[in-house]
Amino acid sequence: MEVLMALVIGFLFSGGTYLLLQRRLIQVIFGTSLISHGSLLLVLTLGRLKTGRPPVLIEGYSGPYVDPLPQALNLTAIVIGFATTAFILVLASKVYQEYETDDLEELRGVDGDE
Amino acid sequence: MLFALVLAPFVLAALVPVVRKVAGPRIGLYTLPLPILLFVYLLSKTAEISQGKVIESAWEWVPSLGLSFALRLDGWSLLFTLLVTGIGSLVLLYSHFYLGPDEDLTKFYLYLLSFMGSMLGVVLSANLLLTYVFWELTSFTSFLLIGFWSFREQSRYGAQKALLITAFGGFVMLAGFALIYLVTGSLNIETVLANKGKILSSPYYPYILLLILVGAFTKSAQVPFHIWLPNAMEAPTPISAFLHSATMVKAGLYLVGRLLPILGGTELWFHTVTLVGAATMVTGALLAVKQDDLKALLAYSTISQLGLIMLLFGIGTPFSTAAAVFHLFNHAAFKGALFMVVGIIDHETGTRDINLLGGLAKKMPLSAVITGLTAFSMAGVPPLAGFLSKELFYEATLETGTMGLVSASLPWIAVGASVFTFIYSALLVLFVFFGKQRGETPKHPHEAPGLMLVGPGLLAAITVIVGLWPDLFGGSLINPAVTTITGKAYDVHYHLWHGITTPLLMSSITVALGALGYTLVGRIRAWFKSVRARVTPNYFYDQGLRLMIAGSRKLTSRYMTGLLRDYIVYILATLVTLVGYTYLIKAGGARTLQLARINPYELIMTGLLVAAALIVIRTHSRMVGVLALGVVGFLVSTLWVVFRAPDLALTQLIVETIGLILFLLVFQYLPSLSRSTEPPGKKAVNLAISAAVGILMAVLTITALGTRLYEPISAFYVDNSLKLGGGRNIVNVILVDFRGLDTMGEITVLGVAAMGVFALIKLKGKNMQ
Amino acid sequence: MKSFILETVSKVVLFVILIFSFYLLLRGHNAPGGGFIAGLMTSATFILLYLALGPGARKQILPLNFRAFIPVGLLISALTGLVPLAGGKPFLTSAFGYADLPVFGEIEWATAMLFDFGVYLVVVGVTMSIISVLGEE
Repeated sequence: MEVLMALVIGFLFSGGTYLLLQRRLIQVIFGTSLISHGSLLLVLTLGRLKTGRPPVLIEGYSGPYVDPLPQALNLTAIVIGFATTAFILVLASKVYQEYETDDLEELRGVDGDE
Repeated sequence: MLFALVLAPFVLAALVPVVRKVAGPRIGLYTLPLPILLFVYLLSKTAEISQGKVIESAWEWVPSLGLSFALRLDGWSLLFTLLVTGIGSLVLLYSHFYLGPDEDLTKFYLYLLSFMGSMLGVVLSANLLLTYVFWELTSFTSFLLIGFWSFREQSRYGAQKALLITAFGGFVMLAGFALIYLVTGSLNIETVLANKGKILSSPYYPYILLLILVGAFTKSAQVPFHIWLPNAMEAPTPISAFLHSATMVKAGLYLVGRLLPILGGTELWFHTVTLVGAATMVTGALLAVKQDDLKALLAYSTISQLGLIMLLFGIGTPFSTAAAVFHLFNHAAFKGALFMVVGIIDHETGTRDINLLGGLAKKMPLSAVITGLTAFSMAGVPPLAGFLSKELFYEATLETGTMGLVSASLPWIAVGASVFTFIYSALLVLFVFFGKQRGETPKHPHEAPGLMLVGPGLLAAITVIVGLWPDLFGGSLINPAVTTITGKAYDVHYHLWHGITTPLLMSSITVALGALGYTLVGRIRAWFKSVRARVTPNYFYDQGLRLMIAGSRKLTSRYMTGLLRDYIVYILATLVTLVGYTYLIKAGGARTLQLARINPYELIMTGLLVAAALIVIRTHSRMVGVLALGVVGFLVSTLWVVFRAPDLALTQLIVETIGLILFLLVFQYLPSLSRSTEPPGKKAVNLAISAAVGILMAVLTITALGTRLYEPISAFYVDNSLKLGGGRNIVNVILVDFRGLDTMGEITVLGVAAMGVFALIKLKGKNMQ
Repeated sequence: MKSFILETVSKVVLFVILIFSFYLLLRGHNAPGGGFIAGLMTSATFILLYLALGPGARKQILPLNFRAFIPVGLLISALTGLVPLAGGKPFLTSAFGYADLPVFGEIEWATAMLFDFGVYLVVVGVTMSIISVLGEE
């Protein structure tokens, strides 16, 4: 499973990177989303997979439980990821309104003061 | 008490804006008591210090760097602190009259007082690193003060030049200090002095010496770094009098004096310091004669005099050191006064152009007397103070021992430069104050207000008193300073008259030739002006700066393309290369571990996930892209279920739902996704980089799984969740209890992001409604 | 895009989901749930209402200033953390115990839950202010 996940993670990162390198802002946003999915899976995979029960303590059962720490890390990461995605989405829409393009090639060198 | 001495000007500087409110335009007078108080305090210590006592205080500042805030008041620093506070007081008084109420007085006094504190710091530091810190602070405050009238192009040019050259020198000097630390293991001046032998025998000695000397030479405007000083004359005249003649430019001399016992006494020292000093002395004297601007004349004269003192330190005998210290003191007095008088002339006539002035003695008799006394002191005319130190100077050049050609030529060079010193000094007095008025001055000249003349008047009085009763200052100030520098008790009496000697003969020749030269001054000036060198240090500075700016702009514009893609390529290419390289050289040491089993339905899920991601990558429709992205997200949340992370699954599910709505809401403001075709070369690079990143991440995941450097800390959470946190959901207990501070930070970030979104929405651009 | 079915269903479902999200919040310490999840769940509820009724009606039914939730939530979390300082303990030290209530029997309390409530408020505030500011634009 871990090796399979490693391949999926690699694929998500690879695809995300490819999108990041594209010219359209929306593609860049898609790219960051894919990469953040990849990172979430990466963090969880590094804590090993399916090694025990879900990390909710049960009376009379002393373990093993799966590693709770990566889950805690991921939980905050997901919420933060949501907020930042919202932010760049709004940023992109404002850029489009202001410059009437979302092509990064055309946006190069433009300055808010012009 | 020494701490208070250094900190007081800074504290007062910080209070200047407040004081300005109370004092209004009289702020200069309100700040005046502090330097006077410090001066009186220092004066009261003179008796102790001249007995050989040293006052020290220390406070460990950054012990790990060997940086202690150690201060030390001895004979050599006492002389400087007295100059700084004494002349500082006079300058503050003078500034009050010099600067009109319309000037930005807050700024002026804030900078000036900060400089005073920094300069006291330079001369009181007992630790070389601390010296460096204050040293650069003086460069910085000097920069601010030269650029005081920042609306003038020339001021900005001068300020930048001074900062670039002196800060460069300071930096080079720091490298020298670092080498000293390498050799001796300490930066404390005492300790370094005790390890003198180690330094002298170290292979680093030449580097240490030359690096530090570059610092001293830049600060004290020695050839070829002298070019910043004339441009520094753009500063208001009180600043020129204070920083650029009496105190800051002497910091280099201070340091050379301080390090003379450590680094001096070698042939390398002798040759470097004397030759640079001599070259500076001659260059300054020759260039001073041809100047039209009185301040420029004084600037070159200052350069020349600094060279003279540097030369004396180069000779390095106790006697020449005494001559250096004595002349340093005299120079501060007469040059400070001359600058102030020139400021008065400028103030009263509206010009500093020597060709427009003349015959001012009738209208400004007091200024004329002050100029006469101080300028002739500079020229070395008895019975003024300058004559005495010039005699000592001549005598020192005669006793340089067996250094071959240099020793033989020094007396001649000394006399030669002094002749020109005499000529330009005479120019200041005779040309400006006597004869006919040569042109129309912008203002009708009359004598300055009495209080404005107090500063230059006092300084002029000092040159006379020192000339007539040299032992008064020699015993209490000069000798203790020399004793500190040389480390041996130096107790010599100074007399105005000591018989008919070779130095007296040299002085007579100087005066005679100088007087003769002055009768031909018009021709000499015309001749000097006709000589125009093209390749001067200034040429190198200007061209060098221009090339540097143009070059860096070219280089920067080559890689700073303004394209997100390019920057990401740099970052990722670096990442892949570095991490990949580390892999190649450090690979191995994997452990085997029990991998989790794969169920068939999990395989299908991951397959779907990959397919959905592929659609996101390949799609030409933004709607398809968003939906596919949603699918990826939902599949990831089912994976959380598989991996037994219920909290994650729940969170991800809701986030994906809300995220989808968010995307749809924003979409109405975004254009449709029509693909633009990339050139094949670019596409290949993109593909290569993304493939490399993907492979790297996959390999990284597997290697990280196979490597364990530390025991995981997760067991702690499992064991203590209920015991310490009182909760059974370990993930939640981690979030709100064990790592509560992180969560606190995280929700703050959330709030900031929301504020960002809100601000963006409300932002009005040119196309926004 | 008003739809009668959506409108009716969402009004009914609204309270059910809201109560469920509170339940998630309260039980978060001992079972899957907690401030983040509950906050998102609550936001999802409001968004549903929003989609069904449109922004104007949402304001009538729920005259809440979601932006104010953010500082209030932050404040609650920070204050919960500050209390232990008075007792000389490190910032954010938590305390918990069990109390016997007449009707409910023994229940557990923990200061960390108060902290989680702050998290909940912030998440609701952030999500809702982003969505509503976008929707009203």
